[in-house]
Amino acid sequence: MYAFDIERPATVAEAAAALGNEDAQALGGGQTLIPTLKQRLASPEKLVSLTGVAEMQGITSNGGTLTIGGAVTHADVAGDGSYKALSELASNIGDPAVRNRGTIGGSLANNDPSACYPAAALASGATIVTNTREIAADDYFVGLFETALDEGEIITAVKFPIPQKANYQKFLQPASRFALVGVFVAVTADGVRVAVTGASNEGVHRWTAAEDALSANFSADALDGLSVSADDLIADLHGSAEYRAHLVAVMTKRAVAAAS
Amino acid sequence: MTKVSMTINGKQVSGDVEGRTLLASFLREDQRLTGTHIGCDTSQCGACVVHVDGKAVKSCTMFAIEADGAQVATIEGQAAEDGTLNAIQAAFQEHHGLQCGFCTPGMVMSAAALLKENPKPSASEVREYLEGNICRCTGYHNIVKSIMAASGQDVSAIAAE
Repeated sequence: MYAFDIERPATVAEAAAALGNEDAQALGGGQTLIPTLKQRLASPEKLVSLTGVAEMQGITSNGGTLTIGGAVTHADVAGDGSYKALSELASNIGDPAVRNRGTIGGSLANNDPSACYPAAALASGATIVTNTREIAADDYFVGLFETALDEGEIITAVKFPIPQKANYQKFLQPASRFALVGVFVAVTADGVRVAVTGASNEGVHRWTAAEDALSANFSADALDGLSVSADDLIADLHGSAEYRAHLVAVMTKRAVAAAS
Repeated sequence: MTKVSMTINGKQVSGDVEGRTLLASFLREDQRLTGTHIGCDTSQCGACVVHVDGKAVKSCTMFAIEADGAQVATIEGQAAEDGTLNAIQAAFQEHHGLQCGFCTPGMVMSAAALLKENPKPSASEVREYLEGNICRCTGYHNIVKSIMAASGQDVSAIAAE
């Protein structure tokens, strides 16, 4: 690693001030950033650790909305249970030690194209709350490792409207424990939303053809005959674009069948 | 350099670290607690697992500064003062839960975290919990058996393989 300083602010305001310097970078649980620093793929002068910010801790459920602090770990989301599909998703990220450090805000800010949380946020129609504004999930995920966040903007919380039914199915890439393909299906008052991670070079995205079919008839059979184009899907040694396209349909059907 | 203080295995310690100093490096190089192993340095293998404020974490993927003020437990603190092994360590010895032994510190610390959460895990729960602990000797069978035994369950039916 190149040398850098670490600040540990206690409030969001202090963290935002520390991130005002353009060579500063936010540090969540560090489960992605620290390996990246070790490879010298990033060279911030200063890391601003967000794990000590009390305002970014805690999970609250109120009127059908679950609000999770940006610095809440995957283990704490897994243990919460008030949004079952989300807790199940969190309980299958990485391994137990990673889940004890990694945070929801960190995952969403990084927007890895194979990460699990982006699929949950997009399918649930979550709201990303930052120190300056609220961003709808539909406007938040811009592309590969790209989000609507400005430089130095901090995810302080994520608000999930709890769907009527939901489920996440992850086809595990066993070495990285990321999703080779993951599909989150949520039945909301405004219809069904389907979000796909791990498949596209553009990152997490909605599968609108499946949403239309499932909104008319919420059953796995409603997806018969629907398929995803392999164009612009991720192709690597773990799976071809065609294989991932096939998996998208399979995982969507499994998620529909398992939704509760 | 920044001064950090923490409690390691019940003892108050402090030291000067750089921002980039990993908790694993602080434990091994500053504190000379070399029982915590660095196997992969890429967060995959789990040989460096320690407990920070009671939670299992990979000490190679956390900065020492982040543990300032924390309670840290390492493999060195598992046995009693007189060297008597704890139940998990004794079970690893009894059931041949190690071959080369390199991954063992992480296995024992992960097992301790598991048994605190789930005192009587099934074999599949043990395997699931050890997802982030890799044994290059592939000696998983007896590791799982040792942890089941440490939890007080009868392992006589689990054949050696």
